[in-house]
Amino acid sequence: MSALRIKEGSSRKSAYDLRNPNADLIETHTIACIVDNEAGVLARVIGLFAGRGYNIDSLTVAEIDHLGHRSRITIVTTGTPAVIEQIKAQLGRIVPVHEVHDLTVDGRSVERELAMFKVVGDGEKRVEALRLADIFRANVVDSTLGSFIFEITGAPEKIDAFAELMRPLGLEEVARTGVAALSRGKM
Amino acid sequence: MVVQALKEQGVDTIFGYPGGAALPIYDEIFQQNDIRHILVRHEQGAVHAAEGYARSTGKPGVVLVTSGPGATNTVTGLMDAMLDSIPLVVLSAQVPTFMIGTDAFQEADTVGITRPCTKHNWLVRETDKLAETIHQAFHVATTGRPGPTLIDIPKDVQFANGTYTPSAKAATAHYTPRVKGDAEAITDLAEMMETAKKPVFYTGGGVINSGPAASQLLRELVEATGFPITSTLMGLGAYPASGDKWIGMLGMHGLYEANMAMHDCDLMICVGARFDDRITGRLDAFSPGSKKVHIDIDPSSVNKVVQVDLPIIGDVGHVLEDLLRIWKARGRKTEKAALSAWWVEIDGWKAKDCLAYTGDDKVIQPQYALERLEALTKDQDRYITTEVGQHQMWAAQFLHFEDPGHWMTSGGLGTMGYGLPASVGVQMAHPDALVVNVAGDASWLMNMQEMGTAVQFRLPVKQFILNNERLGMVRQWQELLHGERYSHSWSESLPDFVKLAEAFGCKGRVVTDPADLDDAIQEMMDYDGPFILDVLIEKHANCFPMIPSGEPHNKMLMGPDVDTQNAIGAAGKKLV
Repeated sequence: MSALRIKEGSSRKSAYDLRNPNADLIETHTIACIVDNEAGVLARVIGLFAGRGYNIDSLTVAEIDHLGHRSRITIVTTGTPAVIEQIKAQLGRIVPVHEVHDLTVDGRSVERELAMFKVVGDGEKRVEALRLADIFRANVVDSTLGSFIFEITGAPEKIDAFAELMRPLGLEEVARTGVAALSRGKM
Repeated sequence: MVVQALKEQGVDTIFGYPGGAALPIYDEIFQQNDIRHILVRHEQGAVHAAEGYARSTGKPGVVLVTSGPGATNTVTGLMDAMLDSIPLVVLSAQVPTFMIGTDAFQEADTVGITRPCTKHNWLVRETDKLAETIHQAFHVATTGRPGPTLIDIPKDVQFANGTYTPSAKAATAHYTPRVKGDAEAITDLAEMMETAKKPVFYTGGGVINSGPAASQLLRELVEATGFPITSTLMGLGAYPASGDKWIGMLGMHGLYEANMAMHDCDLMICVGARFDDRITGRLDAFSPGSKKVHIDIDPSSVNKVVQVDLPIIGDVGHVLEDLLRIWKARGRKTEKAALSAWWVEIDGWKAKDCLAYTGDDKVIQPQYALERLEALTKDQDRYITTEVGQHQMWAAQFLHFEDPGHWMTSGGLGTMGYGLPASVGVQMAHPDALVVNVAGDASWLMNMQEMGTAVQFRLPVKQFILNNERLGMVRQWQELLHGERYSHSWSESLPDFVKLAEAFGCKGRVVTDPADLDDAIQEMMDYDGPFILDVLIEKHANCFPMIPSGEPHNKMLMGPDVDTQNAIGAAGKKLV
């Protein structure tokens, strides 16, 4: 392709080739950063999002390499394609950030989240909650005569769906970890 | 250990202000003679002085301040350096580690406060890590897109003995931004240059930050291609103002011919600039017919506000070198006939003489003052700093810069109070040069305490104050935008600048008659020491030409007799 015949609003080198970067279309992206596990690194990442007005839908962080002191921060964010590009470029500027991966663009990825639900009830509702938990492959990790705590793992949508079903059955409390994600296949 | 690490980094000057938590480092400084410490009068002044030093030398500026208020006073300077990409290393003292978090006397969360206004910062908790961190700070400040770094050093870490890590052993490897541009993309650019009919180089501070070689390569490329070149405020001097391809500064108060060339071009080659809103004007009408190429070392600058057709990520110097080589190897082709026609068009815009103003033999017009300053100082080894406002824009329009690193101004942050301390820093680096701070009366007062520093260290900085007894740019915007309701934009109770100069122990002069101006400027230059020249100018002069907010490049307001009422639409009024 000749350099002079690049389509309006796109570029051959651009990560979002062929998409209109000016579109108001809001996309959801999962971004993984490999960072030095040093004091303040999470504040730098969160401060970037807050300071520049980007969204954070979910965020998880944990050390993944104890010897190398590396952590993985997984962020689910929304924005127009241009904003998503900016987010990645701005993350890349942070000195202790080693790698930035956009799992939504890089190919197919697996996303999982763990959640715990406390459901309080008795009689029919209690039986129904247990039956639905079985369908969703949720585990019972705590039980009293009047309550269960279910542990469920899966894609965020599955957890949302489970929460909807539990609500009329006595859902009292929810704790969610946020999304952890890896790209499929070899690196 | 701090002084040892600074020496190893080649530091010869630091700007600072002592305090309780910084005393151990100050004690080290007392016992050596290799590093000069310049005692400023306010920590903000220290940072701006270090910026002036850095911009005029290409070396990082170094600042030393105490904890708490010492550190918080550096914030404006840090943000200024962040936005203008100036390499700085700020050392701030901190309360001892065992007192952190207790709201101790002069404790502040310095790394927390300065996180968004530094490129990177560190709190050093172990003395063994201190030297390595200092080396890393210099590496980060000067590598890639330059910027300020800060190291917060608790008092007990300063006192303790530890192992010194030499610079060569410090772990800096992982922060190594890419400097070479993609060869294929550079070839694409060469191809675009060969077929462009209305090309323009749009250059910025990145050329200057890349080093003298980049400016040299830019000059070579411009001469070889014959393309017109314009520059942002930050990039003035990279290409000489006397060069025949120079079409002047662009942007809100840029030259008509530069903005029209940007608007009508078919190929825009952006070199080390970032499409700032002061440059682009109205975005949806920004240079509608052009292919845009962006050479920048910082990937986040690309496609941030303007979508470009061809991004080239790399250091300006490296990319220009490759570009020149590839373009020459392909046969040095340009569309000669089209280029000639393009120059005819540009010369037509030049003929409008957009900087024209109405002369006056009773009152000094600011433009005239700067024309005379230019005429009387241009043959000297001259460095100019400015404050922020109308005088800054007039200085950019009427002073001409032949070399990079001779023009120090606060571009991105627009910090009033920048110029005086910056002139102190520049003069420290260039003791024999003529250093002039072109100032406004209001800006100058913001850091006027630094006159004391200039006097103490015998720095003959010249303060050229264009005094209109107004906050001139604010007043201009109120005239344009707010129905001439001049809310709090005049300076009442201004000091007598001549007496002020005497009080500081230097010399001053006031000039009101245009006929006396040359003599006054000459006296300022000849005086062996700091000098304040209070130039009383026309009080209601506006800075033109101007792209009104919310308008594109081809809708400039031209002086001197423009109708300023209703010049800006409702949407434009909401912009900054």
